[in-house]
Amino acid sequence: MKKVQFTSLSMPYLLLFPQLAIVGIFFLWPAAEAVRSSFYLEDPFGFGSTFVGFDNFVDTVTSSDYGRTARFTAVFTFFVTFLSLAIALLLAVKADKVLRGASTYKTLLMWVYAVAPPVAGLIGLLLFDQHVGPIVDFVALFGWQMQIGVNYYDTATAMIIVSVWKQIPINFIFFLSGLQGISKSVQEAASIDCRSGFRRFWTVTFPLLAPTGFFLLIINITYAFFDTFGIVDVIVKAEPGNNPVTLVYKVFLDGFRGNDLGGSSAQSVILMILVFILTIVQFRLIERRVHYT
Amino acid sequence: MATITLDTVRKVYAGDVEAVKGVSINIADGEFIVLVGPSGCGKSTLLRMIAGLEDITTGEIKIADRLVNNVDPADRDIAMVFQNYALYPHMSVYNNLAYGLKNRGMKKAEIDRRVKEAARILEIGEYLDRKPRALSGGQRQRVAMGRAIVREPAAFLFDEPLSNLDAKLRVQMRVEIKRLQRSLGTTSVYVTHDQLEAMTLADRLVVLNKGQIEQIGSPIEVYDNPASTFVASFIGSPAMNLLEVKAGEAGLGLAKGTGLSAPNPHGKPAYKLGIRPEHLHVVDGQTVPDGHLSITATVNVLEPVGAESFVYASFADGGPEIVIRVSSHARHQPGSTLQLTADPANLHYFDPENGQRLTG
Repeated sequence: MKKVQFTSLSMPYLLLFPQLAIVGIFFLWPAAEAVRSSFYLEDPFGFGSTFVGFDNFVDTVTSSDYGRTARFTAVFTFFVTFLSLAIALLLAVKADKVLRGASTYKTLLMWVYAVAPPVAGLIGLLLFDQHVGPIVDFVALFGWQMQIGVNYYDTATAMIIVSVWKQIPINFIFFLSGLQGISKSVQEAASIDCRSGFRRFWTVTFPLLAPTGFFLLIINITYAFFDTFGIVDVIVKAEPGNNPVTLVYKVFLDGFRGNDLGGSSAQSVILMILVFILTIVQFRLIERRVHYT
Repeated sequence: MATITLDTVRKVYAGDVEAVKGVSINIADGEFIVLVGPSGCGKSTLLRMIAGLEDITTGEIKIADRLVNNVDPADRDIAMVFQNYALYPHMSVYNNLAYGLKNRGMKKAEIDRRVKEAARILEIGEYLDRKPRALSGGQRQRVAMGRAIVREPAAFLFDEPLSNLDAKLRVQMRVEIKRLQRSLGTTSVYVTHDQLEAMTLADRLVVLNKGQIEQIGSPIEVYDNPASTFVASFIGSPAMNLLEVKAGEAGLGLAKGTGLSAPNPHGKPAYKLGIRPEHLHVVDGQTVPDGHLSITATVNVLEPVGAESFVYASFADGGPEIVIRVSSHARHQPGSTLQLTADPANLHYFDPENGQRLTG
C-alpha cells in the first residue's frame, strides 16, 4: 500500500477530529456520566443528588429481581447466539452447494437483514399474536396454548425466535463468504481423502471457517446482549410485569420507568465491566485455538 | 498398482461446450503417462474425470479393470497432487499426510510407519510438526507428494504440480518425481502444458488439442514423427519450422517468397513442410547434393543460449522466417546470406488442409 505523508502535523488530527468527536461525545462522555451517577442517589425530578458510595451496586447485585434478569439474559444470549449461528451455518453450507439460481436464494436469505429491529419485533409480534398469529395457531395444533406477554416461558420463546430470525441473515452472509473463501482444491483433496461428507465438513470445512465463526460469535453475543433491545421492547410493550427482560432492557426500565437513575447507572456500569471481561476472555481463550489462514 | 482404461470418454459442460471429445487411452501398469497440450485442450478435465472430481458425460473409465464412472473419488484408490498443493492449512504436515489414512480406518501404528517412511523418502522429517504456511514452496510440494505416497494408491494423478515453483526447483522436482515414480512403480497420469516437462517425464506422451488426442507415443517417437502440424509445433523448442510449399517445375518451392527447393516424394501440389532447427546445416562453399533440401536465407538475429545458438533467418521476397540451430562458436552476422541443407529423411510433409502427416 502506498504510504501517504502529510506535510503539516495538524492535517491528520483535523481529519481524525470528526470521528474522535463522535467517540468522545456519544461514547466516552455518557460512559463517564454513567460511572459518576452510579455513585449518587439522584432525585427523580432532578432537584439534587446525594453521594451514596457503592450502595447502588450493593442494592442492584443483592436484589432477587436483578439475579433473575441476569440468569434470563444468560440463557437468552446462549440460545440466540447458538441457534442463529447454527441455523445460518446450515443455510450457508446448503446455499454454497446450490449452483442453479444461487443468487436468488442468497438474496432471499439476506433480505431479513434489511429489517430494522423494532420492525422485526413487530413482525414477530404479529406472528405470535394471540388472535391472528400463525405461529400461535400452528403450535396450538400440538396442544400448546401460547400466551405472549402473559406466560413467562412463552414470551421468552417468542423473544428468542424473533431475535434468532433477525440475526440469521448477517451470519449467513459471513458464513457464505467464508465458505467461498475456502480453496476449491483443498475441498477436492479432502473429497479424495475422506468419503464421508459429514466427516469432511467437521475435519476440514469447519476448522477453516473458524476465523469467521469466531468473529461472528463475538458479534452475536454483543447482538443478543444489546441489539435485541428493540425486539424485547416491542414484545413486552414496555410493560414488563412478570415478563422476561434482558439486562440492557432492565437498565432502561429502572432508569426511565422506575426513575432510579443511580441504580440504573450502576447496572450499566456492571454491564460495561461484563462486556469488557467477556471480550478479553474471548480473545484470549478462543483466538488461540483458531487457525487464521 | 493398476492399469487405467479410458474408452471414448466425453465431457460436455452446460451450454454444449464439449471439453473432451471421445478420448481413448490404455495405460499399462506402472506406466508414466503425460497428458500435454495448450491451456483449454481438456487435459485437466480428463485427469479430473479419472479422479472422480468431474462427471463423465459418456464413455467409460476403468481403474484396475473396475468401472469407476459412478465410484466416489475416495473409493477409486487414486491419489492426486494439485497445482497449488491443496494442503490442509489447519493441520500439521504429519496430519496432512495421515488424514487420508485415518479416514480409511487404518491402525495408528501403520499410519505412523507410513508417514515416517514417506517423510524419510521426501526428506521432510524435520517439518512434520509444522503447519503448511511455515513451509517454502518446494517443501509444500514435497508434502503434497507425501500425501499421495502414504496412501500407496493404485495410481498417482498429477495436475501441473510443478507450475508454481521457480525454474531451478522445477527441474530438481521433475527429476525427483521421475525417480520416485520409477522406484515405486505406481501407474501415473501427469498433466502439464510444458512440453519439456512432458518429454522428460513420460513413458508415453498423449498430446491433446481441443479435447481430442493428436498423438500418443513415446517422447522420441512423438518428436521424430509428429502426427500433425499441431504436434510438430507444440513439441520441441524452438518449434519445428513449418513452411507452406507448392510444387513447381523443379521439386517444391515456397508458396510465398523465394530461396527454397525441396524434393516432392508424395507427388502432391502443396504441403506444409516441417524441418527441425537442428536438422538444418550450413553449407560452406560446397554444393547441395541433388535431391536434398536447399535453402538460401538472410540472417536476422543470432541468439546465443550457451551450449548452442539459434539463427533466425528470412527468405527473400517476403518469405517466412526460419530458425536454425548452430554451434555456439558460429558467428553469423545479421544481413549475411546462409546456404542451408537438410537430409531428406529429416523432412516432414504434412497435408496443407488438415495438417496430418503424410507417410509412405
